[in-house]
Order: sequence, then C-alpha cells, then structure tokens
Amino acid sequence: MTLTDDQRMLHDSVAPFMADEGSIKTQLRHWRDIGCKDGFGHGLWKQFAELGLTGILIPEAQGGAGLGMVEAGLVLEEVGRNLTPSPFLTTAVAAVRALEGSAQADRWFPGIVAGEMVAALAIDEGRSHDPAKVSLAATRSGNGFTLNGAKQFVVHGASADVVLVAARTAGAPGETDGITLFAVERDASGLQVDNVALADSSKAARLTFENVSVDADAVVGEVDDGWTPLSRALRSGRAGAASELVGVAAGASDMTLDYLKQRKQFGKLIGEYQVLQHRAAHLFGEIEIARAAALKAAQLLDAGDPRADLFVSVAKAKAGRTSALAVQEGVQMHGGIGMTDEHDIGLYMKREAVLSEMFGSHRFHAAEVARLSGY
Amino acid sequence: MTDLDAFRAETRAWLEANCPAEMRTPMRTEKDACWGGRHFEFQSEAQKQWLTVMGERGWTVPDWPASYGGGGLSAAEAKVLKEEMAAIGARPPLTSFGISMLGPALLKFGTEEQKKDYLPQIARGEIRWCQGYSEPGAGSDLAGLQTKAEDGGDHYVVKGQKVWTSYADEADWIFCLVRTSTETKHGGISFLLFDMESPGVSTKPILLISGNSPFCETFFDDVKVPKDQLVGEENKGWDVAKYLLGHEREMISGMGLGGERQALGASVGEVEPLLRAEIAAFDVDVLAFAAMSERFIDQLKAGEAHPAMPSLMKYAGTELNKRRHELIMAAGGSDALEWDSERSRGGKSARDWLRTKANSIEGGTSEIQLGIVAKHILRLPGA
Ligand SMILES: Cc1cc2nc3c(=O)[nH]c(=O)nc-3n(C[C@H](O)[C@H](O)[C@H](O)COP(=O)(O)OP(=O)(O)OC[C@H]3O[C@@H](n4cnc5c(N)ncnc54)[C@H](O)[C@@H]3O)c2cc1C
Ligand SMILES: Cc1cc2nc3c(=O)[nH]c(=O)nc-3n(C[C@H](O)[C@H](O)[C@H](O)COP(=O)(O)OP(=O)(O)OC[C@H]3O[C@@H](n4cnc5c(N)ncnc54)[C@H](O)[C@@H]3O)c2cc1C
Repeated sequence: MTLTDDQRMLHDSVAPFMADEGSIKTQLRHWRDIGCKDGFGHGLWKQFAELGLTGILIPEAQGGAGLGMVEAGLVLEEVGRNLTPSPFLTTAVAAVRALEGSAQADRWFPGIVAGEMVAALAIDEGRSHDPAKVSLAATRSGNGFTLNGAKQFVVHGASADVVLVAARTAGAPGETDGITLFAVERDASGLQVDNVALADSSKAARLTFENVSVDADAVVGEVDDGWTPLSRALRSGRAGAASELVGVAAGASDMTLDYLKQRKQFGKLIGEYQVLQHRAAHLFGEIEIARAAALKAAQLLDAGDPRADLFVSVAKAKAGRTSALAVQEGVQMHGGIGMTDEHDIGLYMKREAVLSEMFGSHRFHAAEVARLSGY
Repeated sequence: MTDLDAFRAETRAWLEANCPAEMRTPMRTEKDACWGGRHFEFQSEAQKQWLTVMGERGWTVPDWPASYGGGGLSAAEAKVLKEEMAAIGARPPLTSFGISMLGPALLKFGTEEQKKDYLPQIARGEIRWCQGYSEPGAGSDLAGLQTKAEDGGDHYVVKGQKVWTSYADEADWIFCLVRTSTETKHGGISFLLFDMESPGVSTKPILLISGNSPFCETFFDDVKVPKDQLVGEENKGWDVAKYLLGHEREMISGMGLGGERQALGASVGEVEPLLRAEIAAFDVDVLAFAAMSERFIDQLKAGEAHPAMPSLMKYAGTELNKRRHELIMAAGGSDALEWDSERSRGGKSARDWLRTKANSIEGGTSEIQLGIVAKHILRLPGA
C-alpha cells in the first residue's frame, strides 16, 4: 500500500494547486462572505477541468483521465485539507460513477470534463442517510414517467445542471429492488428547488417534485434496477468522502500542531505540556489509521474486489470519527481563539459535521460493517 | 503462470503434505505455543515434527538469508507462505524472542561469526532466549540501568539484577543490557549474550494477575561472559537495544488484530444492542488498523516508514487488543468470569483479558510510545 510514481506525481501537482488556488481565504471565506448562492466558484471548477481533475474517473475514450478511486482520493484529501469548496465529490466522483456506461453518460460527461456542468444526487428523503428508503414515486405516463415526492440534503442541488434522482417504480420503501434512477434537469417544470445554506457555508437543496414529467430515456441504467448505478455512486461517494474527511482531519491537526509550537502560557510553549503532546500523538495515530483505511477502500474498489463494500464502510466510519476528534481537539487546544470566526480552525469543525453526515454517518457505517460481517 | 503462482502451488502442496492435522487446529491455551530450546517439553509428537520440518526448510524465518538458516524467500514469497499457512489454519511452528527480537538485531549488528553461530540455532528453535532489559530502578527510563559488566580481560564480569524477565526460568540464553561505563547515560551501555546456565545466574518467578507466571526476577552474581559475546561495540549497545525494541514493538502491535482479521462481532453470539453497537465500532477500528498494518509493512519494505512509526503501531495495536478483550468479557457475562471451570476452558477469557493489560506496559508503555511520537514525528517542543 505505497503509492506508485504516477500517483505521487499527481499528489505533488494537486497539493500546491489546492493550497494556493483552493485556499480557505480565496475560496471558502470569499464565497461565504459575499453570500454566493453556489457556495463555490465556477472559475475554480474550470481550473479543476484544466488540470484534468473533473474527468478523473471518466474513461479516456470519453475524454477523461481514466484513473481510479485511489487518484480521486488523493485529490479529495487535498480538497479536505484546504476546505476547498467545489462539486468535485458529488459531480466528478459520485455522479460520474452513477452515469458511467449509460446513454446519459454521453450527454453529461463532455460538460463535466469541460468543467461547465455540475451534477447533484437526490437520494435521501429523511434526516438521516438511508438510501433504500426511497418513497418518491415515479409512475409511468405516456412514453415516460411522472415524479412526485421530496428530497433533502441534495448537495449543490441549486447549482446543478442535472440531478440524479432515486425514485420508486416498484416495491416498498426499504427495499432495494424497485428503485429507478433518473437524470432530471434542474429546471424541469414542477421541480421546486429550495436552496439551503448548511453550517459549513456549502449549499444543499430541498427539492419538491410535483408532477415532474421525464422521458423514458432519462432513466439511468434499467427501470426498477436503479440500485445498481446508485450503489456505484454510493460506494465511490463514501470512499471519496472518507478521503476528504482524512484531509479535513489532517488540515485541522496541522493547524493545531503549529499553534502548539508557537503559543506560550505559563512561560512555556503549550506544546511542551505532556497532556497535550499525548493527545496530539494519539490523534496523529488515528489519522494515519483513517488514511490507511480510506486507501484500502479505494484500492479494493479499483480492483473490483468483493470486500470493497466492507472496507468502504470501515473507511467512512473511521474517517468520520477521526475527523470529529481532530476538529474537537483542534478547537479545544486553540483555547479561546479557536472559538472566533476570524480563526480558521472552527471552519474545519463545521465542514467535518457536514461531510460526516453525507453518504452516511459513522454509526450508519458501523451498522453496515456489522451487517456485512454477519451479525 | 507467474513464478509467484508456481511458488504458491508448491507451497500449498508442501504444507498439505507436511503440516500435521493436529497443528491445523486453533491453539487453546498458552501451552500450545511451541517455544523450542533445550528444556522445552513438546505437547505432542506433531508439535515437535512441525517445528522440525519447518526449521529444516528455514520457514520459521522465511525471509532470513538461507546461509543463516532462513528460507531465503523474497518479501512477496514470504507473504504467500503466510497466506497459505493461514488458509489451512496452520499454527506458527515456533514462538520465539530469538526470531522476533534478537534475530533482526544480530542480522544488523552481529559479526559474521555471531550470525553463523546463533541465527541457524534460532531458526531451528534450539536456543530459547529471554530479554534482560528492565531493572527495578529502570523501566520506562531504561537507560538508567545499573547492572554492571566489569572488564576481566578476555571476559566481562556481570553483576546486578534484572526484573520482569519473561520466561527467564525456562530460557537457555539471555540478551542483556549492561553498563560498561558511567560517563554518559546512553553511551555506557553494552549488549551481551550469555548462557543462563553460567555460574552466578539465578531466577525467581513472579506470579501475574492472570494466575500465570511467565516472568522472573533475574540475578547476576559475578557471571563470566566471554567478550566475543558482545554484540556491536562496547558502550554502543543502546543502538542495538533501540533497534531491537523497534522489532519488539512491531511484534506486539500485531496483537491488536488478535491474530485474526475477522470481525469480533461475528464470533460473540447474541448480545444486547448497546454492546453490539460498541462491538461494531470496535470492528471498524480493528479493520481500519489492519489496513494501517498492511500499509506500515509495505512502507517498511519500501524504506518509507518513519523510524518512530513502530511506536505508534505498538500504541494503537495494544490499546485495541485491550479493548477487544474487554468486549469479549462483556459478551461472555458471568460465564467469562469462571476461573477454573471446564466450561470456561480454565478461565481462558478472563486470563487472556488480564494478560492483555500488560500489552500497553511491556516493550515500553503507551505513555512512552506517545512521548516518542510527539517528539520524533510531531516534533513538539521540549518532549
Ligand atoms: C466564549 C468565551 C467567553 C469568554 N468569556 C470570558 C469572560 O467573560 N471573561 C474573561 O476574563 N475571559 C473570558 N473568556 C476567556 C477564557 O477564559 C480563556 O479563553 C481561557 O481561559 C483559555 O485561555 P486562552 O484562550 O488564552 O487559551 P490558552 O491558555 O492559550 O490555552 C490553549 C490550550 O493550551 C492548553 N493549556 C494551557 N496551559 C496549559 C497547561 N499548563 N497544561 C495543559 N494544557 C494547557 C489549554 O487547555 C488549551 O487547550 C472567554 C472565552 C470564550 C471562548
Ligand atoms: C508481561 C510483561 C512482560 C515483560 N517482559 C519483559 C522482558 O522480557 N524483559 C524485560 O527486560 N522487561 C520486560 N517487561 C518490563 C517492561 O518493559 C516494563 O514493565 C516497562 O518498560 C515499564 O517499566 P516499569 O514497569 O518500571 O514502569 P514505570 O517506568 O515505573 O512506569 C510506571 C507508570 O509511569 C508512567 N511513566 C513513566 N515514565 C513516564 C514519562 N516520562 N511520561 C509519562 N508517563 C511515564 C508509565 O507509562 C507507567 O504508566 C515486561 C513487562 C510485562 C508487564
């Protein structure tokens, strides 16, 4: 589990790019402070495209880089470290995986590769992640379908050109059979989009579908078998979120370590106090473990290994708990200054909260680990 | 078929033909571990035979050079061997401080003669070793040790006391830290090997809270040790000691996996929901740690691992192993508290649980490991 030369090169080019162009000051704070409706900059998304990142998972034949989740994870760790707001995780990772191999891919991939399109996923209907519990109804009408129902936590929903909507064409909520995935244009008539700002200043819409008509060719994959493309999107989205969480943890921890080396109290650098040293060392270990788990999940996904689902859940759960620890320790060890908006450490705490919930909390994934292990 | 596939096929066939059926069953008590050595009483003919055939092939130490009694396997081949052994549930043929601690130190610091002399015997399980590091006044502060080795011409005269020496009363030889100079704390330590039957060596067992007695106080009363049994240079034993500790920590960290990569939850049966949730959270941690172990080994082999990483592995692995046994006890309820009954297999869960409490003490405490990480990896001030 060491990186190849190509992977190292990718990391070495992405890390400084994200630290400069994607920095907290120029991106997150900038868009937040001017009250941007997208919560991210389209200019930066275009730069992602110029670096070949938007098409990182798209096959070379379709204009992408044809790389895998290990590479996407390297990018996401730097995204997390710099709290860089972008639709990379939802669009370039999860949506691309959902669309791959379908007729809809030909329609949306060129725009994604060019950094001109954003895609969003509309999966969850309740306040916690439970992707099989789809009840939004898609009923056949004419040569297409009519959608009725509601979705929430649709990250970048208001900025998206296309929304991938999990709807029920058969079966009952809780069943994985009978779900169909639709690619719906955001400005479809009858689709109401309420743009909601989240704690971390990113945006996730609430969508209401009132007799939204779509053609039959809006179906991604097969009717009643939306679980197949949805699972691809979820696996990669979860593994990707784990990598981003590792980046959030590492960014918060680096910031805290710097502070421990410069802040003096009682005539000593606070980093000299053993109680803080041991907590910092413990945290470092947890981050290393989470990073290894995320890498393992990505490698198994790339290899098409049957253990991938188990390790994806291990990675998401471990990275979620680890980054929660990192941001909590980060704010605490910064003392009072950590509570101020002016300081960046609190921004890590807010991002962690959102990312941890996205694609399933650590509790959801621990339960998955139990289920996949047979208990 | 690649060379590695061919190697796998041969290995599988050889193991099938040579691993006795009895050695493919899980170990039930501490006694099932094969320690070898002059005084070892084999539990069965199968145990003895398994050690013999594996030792002859050098497969007790698959990646040591064949010229020193090892298997001469590449890292990839050694991994295949490990996987194939795991596939049939083969027990380790030998449990040995010689393999996991002294051997690597000799390979790095030993003279050619010492390597030729000791390593093949270690590989075949002919010498059982113990580790003479800790003293009553020198535990975490190991370099504070006082046991003296005075110059006697062609030999040293060793006097002093060690403590917590695991299996000193059953070991044939000891690798021992002694003070050869008092000028500097770290710079006056030397690393000696000697026979526990040398005149002047005595041991006194100490009983553990688990009811077992695996370690001793060890006394040296003017023990004569030939000078060619010094490893590395005189007064530079601290380097050897630290190198060896790195390997010891790596070995102990592996215990976090409890010898198995399977989820704990799958083996404990029905438990109440809160405990089940705790176990699931533990399984997340243990599987994630398994990923880190794999990454760490790969980084070690690629020369990319930070030298202080074994401290982190040791810390994380042992804390997990303690948690594993807390959960096993919780799941076992009152059954697990039975100390001597047949039903509890002689109180196995309880004794194992108590034994694991030493994991975060032996080989350097968790606090010491965290201090090392803070100082050498995180570079925190004044650490
Ligand atoms: C919301 C809020 C309201 C406040 N209201 C008031 C108020 O009304 N009046 C007022 O006077 N103050 C107030 N404070 C200030 C508060 O008392 C200080 O923030 C607090 O005492 C910590 O000091 P510090 O921020 O300088 O952190 P530091 O002292 O710099 O501490 C930084 C970190 O180092 C650790 N640390 C420091 N010394 C040691 C040590 N010896 N051993 C181990 N760890 C150590 C700390 O625990 C902390 O984790 C408020 C703070 C906040 C956040
Ligand atoms: C089962 C078992 C087997 C062992 N086998 C062997 C063996 O074969 N050979 C051998 O030589 N030794 C052996 N040991 C000894 C072991 O290495 C020591 O017990 C260990 O290094 C701790 O030393 P100590 O017991 O003197 O504790 P102390 O050093 O007295 O520590 C007491 C407590 O103080 C803490 N502490 C000490 N210094 C610091 C510090 N600087 N910062 C923060 N906390 C600190 C420790 O972490 C610990 O919690 C064994 C121990 C056990 C339990």
